[in-house]
Amino acid sequence: MSIMQYNGGSVIAMVGKDCVAIASDLRLGSQAMGISSHFEKIFPMTDRVYVGLPGLATDVTTLHHQFRYRLNMYTIKEEREIEPETFAHLVSSTLYEKRFGPYFIEPVIAGLQKTASGDFKPYIAATDLIGCLNFAKDFVVAGTASDKLFGVAEGLWEPDLEPEDLFETIAQTLLNAVDRDAYSGWGAVVYVLTKDKVIKRELKGRMD
Amino acid sequence: MDVSFAITGKGYVIVAADTTAARSIVKMKTDEDKIKVLSPHLLMAYSGEPGDTVQFAEFVERNIRLYHIRNPHGLRPQSAASWIRRTLADSLRSRRPYSVNLLLGGYDTSEHAPHLYWMDYLGTMVEVPFAAHGYGAYFALGLLDRYHDPEGSLEDGLATLRRCIDEVAKRLVVAPGQYKVKVVDKDGVREIAL
Repeated sequence: MSIMQYNGGSVIAMVGKDCVAIASDLRLGSQAMGISSHFEKIFPMTDRVYVGLPGLATDVTTLHHQFRYRLNMYTIKEEREIEPETFAHLVSSTLYEKRFGPYFIEPVIAGLQKTASGDFKPYIAATDLIGCLNFAKDFVVAGTASDKLFGVAEGLWEPDLEPEDLFETIAQTLLNAVDRDAYSGWGAVVYVLTKDKVIKRELKGRMD
Repeated sequence: MDVSFAITGKGYVIVAADTTAARSIVKMKTDEDKIKVLSPHLLMAYSGEPGDTVQFAEFVERNIRLYHIRNPHGLRPQSAASWIRRTLADSLRSRRPYSVNLLLGGYDTSEHAPHLYWMDYLGTMVEVPFAAHGYGAYFALGLLDRYHDPEGSLEDGLATLRRCIDEVAKRLVVAPGQYKVKVVDKDGVREIAL
């Protein structure tokens, strides 16, 4: 088994109408043995940039701290908060720095990008473990259930979903995908980002 | 082959580890203490590669002690756990990493709450209500899911621990004979005879 599957876990992000959502499961395992059902993999970077870090759990923590540090340095130097697109490139270059001894993480970024006219545009992206960026207009997936997530999301997602409908779509996509994956599940967490608020909901799934 | 358990309850953490020191198929010693007292309110059970374990545990012990000497306040369990995780994570990508798995139990005297951290040699860390390492984990985690009570008294916790130890003794081929049990609560650390 690959090191990417050692701890298990999955993340998905989706675009809606003037909103984005990012969700993950809460399992931490050691191969097939479950250790914790409260292991969060999604972290707020700013009020409107969130990052999900599925993969090897030690690198989840290490990279979270690394991003927090680099983000603080950016915020101090620039005297402003980072935009999602800029943050995606920061993630990409942080991972590529370790090209020949990588962190075993496939990050997913979700945020609201400020446009020239002053309103916010949904932004989602994902990278592989060495930082190759993948932008998408609809949804991005990563983790041990990524293949299942692709299938369910392809069937459920539609353009221009309102925040509440987007929540339902992403929640059902995640819950149904992780039920077909032994290494993901044990509860889930969903964040829906809109221009004036962030909604966090913790979900119970099949706890087996 | 080491087996270790830890259980939190109402205001306490119980940490238990077997006391055998083995080399290949031979028991060299049956009274080895594999639980370090890092500070007046912090316990650490260690297991893994022989040699690495004691070396790493002593390294951690002395660094925590140094922090206590340099600063007016000691490290709280969360901070100590963070520092230990970082040390293991840095070690993992060094030329020769430590292969040490840990259970870190502590009582936070500022917020009056017990904390338990499960940590492995990769630097994976998570806070849990109960935890186990080694072959014992395969037998004990199921029992703990069923019988653990986060609001249970010390007696309840010890009874649950006894269940785990008995199950391991019954079903594990290479079950260890004896365990050392330590408890940390508001009054500090003490050893308990089962």
